[in-house]
Amino acid sequence: MTVTLPGRDVAVVGLGGVGGVGVLPLAEAGMDVVALEAGTWLSPRDFAPDELRNNYRGWPHAAQKANREIPGHRPNASAPDSPRGNVHPMMNGVGGTTLHYWAQSWRLNPWDFRVVSETTRRYGAGRIPAGSTVEDWPFGLEELEPHYDRVEREIGVSGQAGNVNGMIDERGNIFEGARARAYPMPPLRGTEFTDLMAGAAHRLGWHPFPGPAAINSETYDDRAPCLYHGFCSRGGCHVDAKNSTAVSTIPKATRTGNLRIVTQAHVTGIAVDSDGRASAVEYLKDGETYVQPARVILLASYTYENVRLLLLSTSDAFPNGLSNNGGQVGRHYMTHNQRAGVLALFPHELNRWYGLPAQGIAIDDWADDNFDHADLDFIGGGNLWVYSDQRPIEAASMNTFGRAPRWGSQWKAFVMQNAGRWANSYLQKTTLPYEDNYLDLHPTVTDPLGMPVCRITADYRDNDRQLANYIQERTEEWFREAGAIATVRQPIGSMVVSTHAYGGTRMGDDPETNVVDRYGFSHEVPNLGVLGASVMGTSGARNPTLTAQALAWRTAEHLVANWSSIGG
Amino acid sequence: MKGVLTRREMLKRTAAAGAATAVPQRALTQALSPDGASEPFENLSASQSRILEAIVSRLIPSDENGPGALEAGAARYIDRALADVLAELLSVYAAGLDAVDAHAQSTAGQPFPELDPGDQDAVLADLERNLADGFTPDAASFFDMVLQHTIEGTFSDPYYGGNRDFIGWELLGYPGLRLGVGADDQAMDANPEITRLSAYDLPMFDSPDGDGESP
Repeated sequence: MTVTLPGRDVAVVGLGGVGGVGVLPLAEAGMDVVALEAGTWLSPRDFAPDELRNNYRGWPHAAQKANREIPGHRPNASAPDSPRGNVHPMMNGVGGTTLHYWAQSWRLNPWDFRVVSETTRRYGAGRIPAGSTVEDWPFGLEELEPHYDRVEREIGVSGQAGNVNGMIDERGNIFEGARARAYPMPPLRGTEFTDLMAGAAHRLGWHPFPGPAAINSETYDDRAPCLYHGFCSRGGCHVDAKNSTAVSTIPKATRTGNLRIVTQAHVTGIAVDSDGRASAVEYLKDGETYVQPARVILLASYTYENVRLLLLSTSDAFPNGLSNNGGQVGRHYMTHNQRAGVLALFPHELNRWYGLPAQGIAIDDWADDNFDHADLDFIGGGNLWVYSDQRPIEAASMNTFGRAPRWGSQWKAFVMQNAGRWANSYLQKTTLPYEDNYLDLHPTVTDPLGMPVCRITADYRDNDRQLANYIQERTEEWFREAGAIATVRQPIGSMVVSTHAYGGTRMGDDPETNVVDRYGFSHEVPNLGVLGASVMGTSGARNPTLTAQALAWRTAEHLVANWSSIGG
Repeated sequence: MKGVLTRREMLKRTAAAGAATAVPQRALTQALSPDGASEPFENLSASQSRILEAIVSRLIPSDENGPGALEAGAARYIDRALADVLAELLSVYAAGLDAVDAHAQSTAGQPFPELDPGDQDAVLADLERNLADGFTPDAASFFDMVLQHTIEGTFSDPYYGGNRDFIGWELLGYPGLRLGVGADDQAMDANPEITRLSAYDLPMFDSPDGDGESP
């Protein structure tokens, strides 16, 4: 039995980090908006400080749609599949992964929008790695700045500005592009450990600064400030100090009376009409099939699901998937080269037992093109990040730095002495898109409905590996300056399912190489918009969420301003 | 704490629920817990339970530095999880523990639990180096899995049946859960008051066993 629902102005698929932002300008403009979310509402009662549940068993215990459709991975088209995990790194729920993310809320730097032209200008076109499909963005940072600014205020971001209208402030990131004004909240508190690391960076001539976070350093919009007790890496905040869209933009949109939210809606496809326009979203809920017609459809799930849903939505007009007559859906895929970290052992207690992953110190001196690459064998760079956050199972699983075995009495004695004396780092590095790194539908692995899951075909390239080595060297240098007595480099790993997945529906002016236009609407289906990092053409060297949210706001605002031409 | 089950009550209930749903043909073991109370394992056989207890007591031993994984209840934690989130690994565990015993017999001439600690360590080292047969997919993977679950059972929130008497958190020097942390508590030489409680002793949180729907 199929139930066809009354038509709405806009149907949004996914009410997470980007859908939860995109609905606000639409609802405020008086549009009749319905959001279809696969997960449920969660409450502060669900956000216990429980490491086993959050970090090892895949929080929350609710049956997660995402866990039933984890993408497959293979490094290249002739390699066998890598083993598939059973917990998706992203989650379903109103607010999506902004419920459990680290909440680092970065703007991209100016270089990230102009990788091709800036690299060519400074070093020559030959320095773009062979096989890379990277393009400049269709606009620069300055065009996205007002949207960053708006989202920072709507959700609430704490941080220290480093460049307000060209005025450089050394307390912040001197490499950031100009911003119109400071962050709406001061940065999160530092710790004695992060001060230690900042001091070491200064001695090296670097420019350390506290990173930006969608976490309240003080009361914001009547929500409490952070209590710094931890467990919010893959956990929610029980006092709403973490500004997920579930506590920030979604309630504001709901208060307009113009947003309907359908939870546990399992979207299975997007239908098109005889003109090839997107006409309705099809979903399952409680065993029933629903058709939700809408004049405009915004696809706002995660990168893998955005691509998968387009490829699954075949029709006479789009036999290879919606908006894929140009064959670009799934192309220009990147992750973030998030591994290849560095661990450090100190001869004294660091006391990282409390705090949160967003309570840290960043270094941007080795990011992007902030340093001379003339004599280096890569382009791009990395953002170096150390922070105060450590939980018991994680501590007991610590690397023994070659000084003890992995188990037994010697191990136990080592851990008793050193569980509080080590630190890790989070090194996010530029990753470029390549011709042979892409997403498609898996030929054999399906979800419980029998629909193919997404398949990742991707591997790191020379640029990624050489860059990772260089960034690890810098991080070791930093830890040693701070007094570390041993460091260990972690492996780069493979490009399996990532929390930072980019591309697949890339944004650009050229319809031959991009799925969506500069405003996020499909080149082939003008009333279909795509929200999320799947539209981003470069990764930058920092967490994607705020950029994806700023782009979502921009797409929604463009829709409001051009309703008659897009939704008419 | 009004209206909230204490940890002990919670553990009792969980154990009772597990026993009630155990399949009748599965032999309930009578393995002795370290405090001498007779508490049958619910999912592994009697001999498998003894092997698992012997393994965890070598991975994180009780020694001059204090109690270890056995005393923390890590083996019981694993047994309980094998009926729950690790259910798909029950057959891997059962076959693997039998294979540990077989390897002990073939290399040292006795069942694993009967060996001296040094000989037990030698058997475990064989597994770690993937020098033993009869494991799915192989001995090293089995060893890594048991080590991971032993660490979970020793250092996780005691709600799940391990980390008994906070043995694991004491071992690490972890000061414990607290809901507000001041700047002084984050100093490198801080010595915050030790707290010893489960997240689910706190009345503002629902147990993790729900379906994820808020009440």
